[in-house]
Amino acid sequence: MWSDDPIVKLALAFGALSLVSVGGAPAMMPEIHRLAVVVNGWHTNAEFARDMALAQSAPGPNFMMISLVGWRVAGFPGLMAATLAAIIPSSIIAFIVGRLYTRFSQKDWFNVARSALPPIVLGLIVASGVVTAGAAVSGAIGFGIVILSAAIVALTSRNPLVAIGAGALIGLIAGRLGFL
Amino acid sequence: MKSERESSKSLDGRPITLGELFMGFAQMGLYGFGGVATIARHVIVEKRRWMSEYDYASVLGMGQILPGGNIINMTIILGDRFQGPLGSIVALSGLMIMPTIILLALTTIYDAFASNPDVRAATVGAGAAAAGLIIGLGLKMGRNLKLRPIHLAFAIATFICMAVLRLPFIGVVLVMTPLCIAATFWSRRNVE
Repeated sequence: MWSDDPIVKLALAFGALSLVSVGGAPAMMPEIHRLAVVVNGWHTNAEFARDMALAQSAPGPNFMMISLVGWRVAGFPGLMAATLAAIIPSSIIAFIVGRLYTRFSQKDWFNVARSALPPIVLGLIVASGVVTAGAAVSGAIGFGIVILSAAIVALTSRNPLVAIGAGALIGLIAGRLGFL
Repeated sequence: MKSERESSKSLDGRPITLGELFMGFAQMGLYGFGGVATIARHVIVEKRRWMSEYDYASVLGMGQILPGGNIINMTIILGDRFQGPLGSIVALSGLMIMPTIILLALTTIYDAFASNPDVRAATVGAGAAAAGLIIGLGLKMGRNLKLRPIHLAFAIATFICMAVLRLPFIGVVLVMTPLCIAATFWSRRNVE
């Protein structure tokens, strides 16, 4: 059946996600995880964490995790299907609202509604990190790296690549010593 | 010849052409490690002076409340503001093309060495760090936002729905967002 085609599945899953997601890519991560690991079995937990690290190590929007999921599932066509499905529906909305914005931004109700969104986004983002860590990390060293990396981002303004590099180095040393 | 619109000039009076849009967004994509939000402000407001800090904040805020990737939305809106629909497409291509190629190259290199035990161990560490990055980003946002108690309660409730109860994302967003908007209106009315 057409809906069993992985390209169609990718497009439908990420198209729907793009229309309801608020807070950008970090907030979407638990749902991307659920789609890729739990619902469709495209990745194992470890593969998902690995791809997340790859996507974070490359420059560009965090959003590219979606492109990488598509690439893993169906190569270049999968990458295009996942990326375009996640971009086009929400971009059409952004385009229209962008043109109406000057009118909206002077309305009181618009600004009140706007102030209600950051808390939801915040809850989604922290949950996203916790869900991914819980799924992919085991052992004291793993959780130590999670906490260290969270602290680097929360308390300093260093390039996040520093945290990824430190995590990789600790993993490497722990592996050599037989702790991992 | 198309007449030049007032809004397609930078604060310095330089025209913001399609080429300028492409190069500016390519710069944001290529230097945006761990997300583009920080570098985007630097390029748009300070380096290329396309718009004022205030204008930028309001466009980014709009990108954040709309569904979809917030940087993607901001890119679409700015592209259209300076060069119409074609500007949106050019800006988005500038943002995405090079980072996607780099990501695929990185993935290919990684896959070639994936069976090496050192690489495996380093990847486990990097994966844990990537999860930590997201938690850290949330905590940093929480500190900067200085939420009111009612909003803090919604942030925690959303966290519990997702991380503890593991409810589906779409349901959580569609229920919590209107509730939080309603609570915001209600609490304002009680204050006034």
